[in-house]
Amino acid sequence: MASSWLPRWFYQLASPRWCYSITGKLIPWFAAIGGLLFVIGLVWGLAFAPSDYQQGNSFRIIYLHVPTAILAQSFYMLMAIAGAIGLIWKMKVADMVAKSVAPLGAALAVLALATGAIWGKPTWGSWWVWDARLTSMLVLLFLYLGVMALNSAIESETTAAKSTAVLALVGLVNIPIIKYSVEWWNTLHQPATFKITEKPAMPAEMWMPLLVMVIALYLVFGLAMMLRLRNEILTRERRAGWVKELLGS
Amino acid sequence: MSSTLQLFKQTFRRDLTLAFRRKSELVNPLIFFLIVASLFPIGVSPEPNFLSQLAPGLVWVAALLATLLSMETLFKSDYEDGSLEQLLLSPQPVFLVVLSKVLAHWLLSGLALTLVAPLLGVMLFLPSEGMPGLMLSLLLGTPTLSLIGAIGAALTVGLRRGGVLISLLVLPLYIPVLIFGSSAVQAAVTGLPLDGYLALLGAMLALALALAPIAAGAALRISVSG
Repeated sequence: MASSWLPRWFYQLASPRWCYSITGKLIPWFAAIGGLLFVIGLVWGLAFAPSDYQQGNSFRIIYLHVPTAILAQSFYMLMAIAGAIGLIWKMKVADMVAKSVAPLGAALAVLALATGAIWGKPTWGSWWVWDARLTSMLVLLFLYLGVMALNSAIESETTAAKSTAVLALVGLVNIPIIKYSVEWWNTLHQPATFKITEKPAMPAEMWMPLLVMVIALYLVFGLAMMLRLRNEILTRERRAGWVKELLGS
Repeated sequence: MSSTLQLFKQTFRRDLTLAFRRKSELVNPLIFFLIVASLFPIGVSPEPNFLSQLAPGLVWVAALLATLLSMETLFKSDYEDGSLEQLLLSPQPVFLVVLSKVLAHWLLSGLALTLVAPLLGVMLFLPSEGMPGLMLSLLLGTPTLSLIGAIGAALTVGLRRGGVLISLLVLPLYIPVLIFGSSAVQAAVTGLPLDGYLALLGAMLALALALAPIAAGAALRISVSG
């Protein structure tokens, strides 16, 4: 084997059947731990964390806003990396991961924008501000929508997977450029008055529940991704013997 | 090596010849550019003061849309008559084919838009101090737009209706160029130095020149084989 430096599980993941069974074993754990942390983080953040001395209780939406924003970005990374693995090693499962991540990432970007808007109304007095962070999140949503549109426009599954992988990688190169150019553009037009998410300025009682929520959302959306992935595996491998056996037909 | 250069030159010359045989298609993006720019005074306000404030952004948005509109045809006819497949089968690197096609395309769209842009500037009451900034930023920015657009064109070449899709794919990627392009014009209007913006536009061009042909080449191989 030419590239045997890769661990064995990497090759095993390439098999849809093996991937289906391992995700089946992981799902209950993700559901239990993710659900538990989600409840803990939400109750802790919404009910027990101290309220902000300036924003009062309205800042508490941070416990949904920041995790969704972080996840929206890391899901794009995941999509691009899975796409690259699919392109390089021609791994079917990686293509399926990339495909099942895209709508979840788009949903996360929408959630981040929506919670941001709800937060913006009491704090800034308007639903939308052309702030650098808001704008770059909006562009990220556009990138997700482009990937999804391309994927659904191409009929052949393998061509669609390869094309979207190329697009996702091009987007990945562009994300830092977009982020910094938008930040620069914004500071040119208006001084940065909206820096309310300064991390060091936050006491531990405030950021601890936030950390719990971030981990919880990773697990919950990881679970959602695995469910979509399993669905995708069954759809694409419907002619394979093990799927027919599994579905009892 | 010489045959590689030969391919570059041949593709370039062929694309220019083909473009000049369809002269009406050649001027279409320019007419579109003019029409879009004249929509704003009609739709928003014909007030000179107001328009001169908007002019840097308006000309840039119009140039961006005109480039985008012309991108769809970049590989289309070659794909349809099979010559694209022949080009991909040749032993020469694909990115060179892409590069020469983009260069030919840019000469007839981006460069032409740059030369027509002062006319739009006058129509939109752009102060005359802004004209050099407008020309220079478009000169550096439109090749980047063409290069990024080539990726979108390559990804959608095999699709029957790629028109709207290509704009969905490419427009978000155009945002940095738009930001620095219109900022350069704005800086020129207000008398601020614009070399910083031009340097950034140049840097983006260098990056696009190095990476976009490779991505577009990979996308072409995927589209043609699929």
